[in-house]
Amino acid sequence: MQSNFKIFLKGIIDVSPLMIPVVPFGLIFGVLSIDIGFSPIETMGMSLIIFGGASQIVLLQLFSGGASSLVIISSVGAVNSRHLLYGAVVSEHLSDLKLVWKIIISYFLIDQAFAISNEYLKKNNNSNRYFHLVGGGVTCWIIWQSTTILGIILGAAIPEKLGLSFAVPLTFLALLVNDFRKFVNVIVIIISGLVATLGYNYIPFKAYVIVSAVAGLFTAILLTKIIKKK
Amino acid sequence: MTNWALIIYCGLITYLTRFSMIALIKKEMFNDRIREILSFVPSAIFPAIIFPAIFINDKGLFQVDDNPKIIAAIIAMIIGIFTRSIIATIFSGLASYWFLIFVV
Repeated sequence: MQSNFKIFLKGIIDVSPLMIPVVPFGLIFGVLSIDIGFSPIETMGMSLIIFGGASQIVLLQLFSGGASSLVIISSVGAVNSRHLLYGAVVSEHLSDLKLVWKIIISYFLIDQAFAISNEYLKKNNNSNRYFHLVGGGVTCWIIWQSTTILGIILGAAIPEKLGLSFAVPLTFLALLVNDFRKFVNVIVIIISGLVATLGYNYIPFKAYVIVSAVAGLFTAILLTKIIKKK
Repeated sequence: MTNWALIIYCGLITYLTRFSMIALIKKEMFNDRIREILSFVPSAIFPAIIFPAIFINDKGLFQVDDNPKIIAAIIAMIIGIFTRSIIATIFSGLASYWFLIFVV
């Protein structure tokens, strides 16, 4: 069995390509937050307490648009509801752990760490395999906190014209590269994407994220059933 | 509500979405069918983040004309399918996006 540290390192190495787009994302967050009127300490507080790029950007967007606190909190909840599914996926590999570990690992259950560790956890059976998830999560934590600080300091020095926010959808696109070759996955991707695009302005509280995810999963349930019958 | 209260509530709800399933679900609840469906979770969720970011502009409107993000995303996707590399996908997407907005 590999040592905890080796698996932790493997998590760091596996997640590192995904960290490249997190850099501009963190910078943008820091810049935007100060621009909207949050203090540097509040901005840091968001990255430390929430530690979720999408949620923090939603918070800023709605806050600057004058939304009420209740709308902001429920929207952040809706955007984050995808973590329920991540949790469901990884819980199988974490169920033997002590509660303390579950509490710690939950803080690090972010998109990028989930994406790479999901693959690793499925392929490996050693009891300490969860260190992979910790490695990925901690790496992302360090990058996210340091780029938030940089964004706060650099502020308006970063030109908006670079379109760095485009790096965010590209990251998620890159996470799907293996799924583009599978028929059912492609249909699920199209359905989910269509529902999200069409529902973006009509589904309240940013709940389009979970609505389209559920639509995609139902598509997967149906299609896999039909294919099996044949 | 003060800014700090807002931040803490948002942090709490974020944490709870991450923790609840890990805390509640037991290993015995899994079977092959559930595993199969859960394997579609990335394909079902990530498009909900990708598509609006590409097709919906800053003003919240659907935009297909004069939208370099669509072309850049298609290029990135094709590179991704052929190389299966995360880095190549991200870089080809950013490079073609910059090429389209600065050069073309």
